[in-house]
Amino acid sequence: MNAVIQTKIKKNTGWKLYLQTVIGRAYPRVIGQQREKSWIFFELFMPMLAICAYVFVYRAIGAPEEYIGFVVVGGAMTAFWLNVLWSMSSQLYWEKEQGNLSLYIIAPNSMMAILLGMALGGLFASLLRAIVIILLGSLLFNVTFTVSNFLQLFIVFTLTMIALYGMGMMTSSMFLLLSREAWHLASLAQEPVYLISGFYFPIKYLGFWLAIGASIIPLTLGLDAMRQLVFPSGATLGFLTVPVEIAILLMLSVLFLIGAYLLLRYMEKLAIQEGRLTENRR
Amino acid sequence: MINAIQTENLGRIYKIRGNKKSEEKQLIALNDVNLEVQPGELFGLLGPNGAGKTTLIKILTTLLAPTTGKAFVAGFDVSRDANKIRQRINMVSGGETSGYGLLTVRENLWMFTQFYGIPSKLANQRIKELLEIVGLADRMNYKSSDLSTGLRQKMNIVRGFMTDPQVLFLDEPTLGLDVGASREVRHFIRGWVDHDPTRTILLTTHYMVEADELCDRVAIINKGRVLAIDTPENLKRSLQREAIYRIEVSPLNGAGSIPFENLSGMHKIVHTEQDGFSVLEMILESDDTLSSVINLMTKENIHILNLQKREPTLEDVFVQLVGRSMEEEEQVSE
Repeated sequence: MNAVIQTKIKKNTGWKLYLQTVIGRAYPRVIGQQREKSWIFFELFMPMLAICAYVFVYRAIGAPEEYIGFVVVGGAMTAFWLNVLWSMSSQLYWEKEQGNLSLYIIAPNSMMAILLGMALGGLFASLLRAIVIILLGSLLFNVTFTVSNFLQLFIVFTLTMIALYGMGMMTSSMFLLLSREAWHLASLAQEPVYLISGFYFPIKYLGFWLAIGASIIPLTLGLDAMRQLVFPSGATLGFLTVPVEIAILLMLSVLFLIGAYLLLRYMEKLAIQEGRLTENRR
Repeated sequence: MINAIQTENLGRIYKIRGNKKSEEKQLIALNDVNLEVQPGELFGLLGPNGAGKTTLIKILTTLLAPTTGKAFVAGFDVSRDANKIRQRINMVSGGETSGYGLLTVRENLWMFTQFYGIPSKLANQRIKELLEIVGLADRMNYKSSDLSTGLRQKMNIVRGFMTDPQVLFLDEPTLGLDVGASREVRHFIRGWVDHDPTRTILLTTHYMVEADELCDRVAIINKGRVLAIDTPENLKRSLQREAIYRIEVSPLNGAGSIPFENLSGMHKIVHTEQDGFSVLEMILESDDTLSSVINLMTKENIHILNLQKREPTLEDVFVQLVGRSMEEEEQVSE
């Protein structure tokens, strides 16, 4: 049986549709999130409090001054972690509850494009927050950055973000499949990662095997490599060499993106077979 | 001509998990459903909550796989050609809270058009036009979280029509709306189909008036089965040989004990309690049966407050088919 009736308005397909979907879904993150001014408190003021606490502790015990810079960079990266946790991993659950998930599924787009849009929008919004934290922290605590290799720094940051948001895309399907209480899982993951990923201290002091285990979270190696590249004494406090960390981040990026694709397909299949995942509160 | 929607012996069974794995139960949501909806039709699915209407829509919109049978939308198989169907359909549900409250009405609608590949310029033009038609143009730049339920539903309706779907699914589109807003939405829906004979709408509702007023044909569905399919006029005409009365009487205490059902010529009776009186809706074989009803009431010392003969409605058709009113059926199902 073939359809004979065509729709009458021009609609893009293929890569144009993919791109439009990415931009369309990124839009609420880029524009909408800025309208809720509470982010200034929760995403700037709160991380700044944590940064202040660690800075005062390090200064009180006479730790090397580089540690202050480590803390500021770590504090800035919390913006990305919070975004991935609360606005990526939990997001498909919220979309389901809101009634958006079924509308996303019945649209002729790719669900990967939806997730990518979420990720890019979140990345952009978090980047603004991270930059503000870096600027504020640097001004308040007189931190000086000396970049030893701009290209490597760019590669490390890019790969860290790809791997981190890839992980967020993957866990968004996982959270949806595992539990109705997605925010409990997010809460559970928030604080331990601050510790094991070394947000406020050099990861090498966790010990080799624990640090290797923690490297599954892309921020662990990303932070370590960035610190090595922006502080003169960073290399002496680094866990692995920057090229090795870049190689691992590259592997994580591929792993998480493939994982996101496969889990999303599985989630869609399950949604259609069982019909449970597209139900909302109505 | 290819049917806009076609189902062949369509069935859906849900597995309901209990506390233990061995306690898994099955719920038959759809059972052997056969439908043919022509392009240009506004087709209604009428039935109480839990009848299987939403399950059918979920299958037809590729959100749910059928357990048995087949379903086609615009000529494509829902199980095999989901993406081709998705290019041609859209769906709006009553009471939905889709979109993002932080975005304006225009931004929310624009976002959804992007998922269908509509170029931005054309999308913005259509948003403006459609918002004007539904009387929402002055709220275009309001955050959607600031809209009332009725206005929000109008926005949802516009979202569904924005993409100019070949087949549009409306699941209880006027749920929760006040009388005025419902009327406007119905008017818009009817106008949209009438404007182009290739457009098709499948609408589910449990409002009889809505089905009667809007639909070209109606399928009455209950417990997953289609009980009747025809135009509202033909369905009602099937009862026109009978006499339908609405009688308000003094409160019936222990109405179950009064044997109205046993009266000769009494086809169906539905009893509801109102504030200070009782209502008996009766389908009688003919007007002659009324005298037996009145005699029984006199004998039982029941005072008649108001007696009205009326034209059959789709509610009467439902009562005739199921034996209970839709409201009673919902209570029984619960």
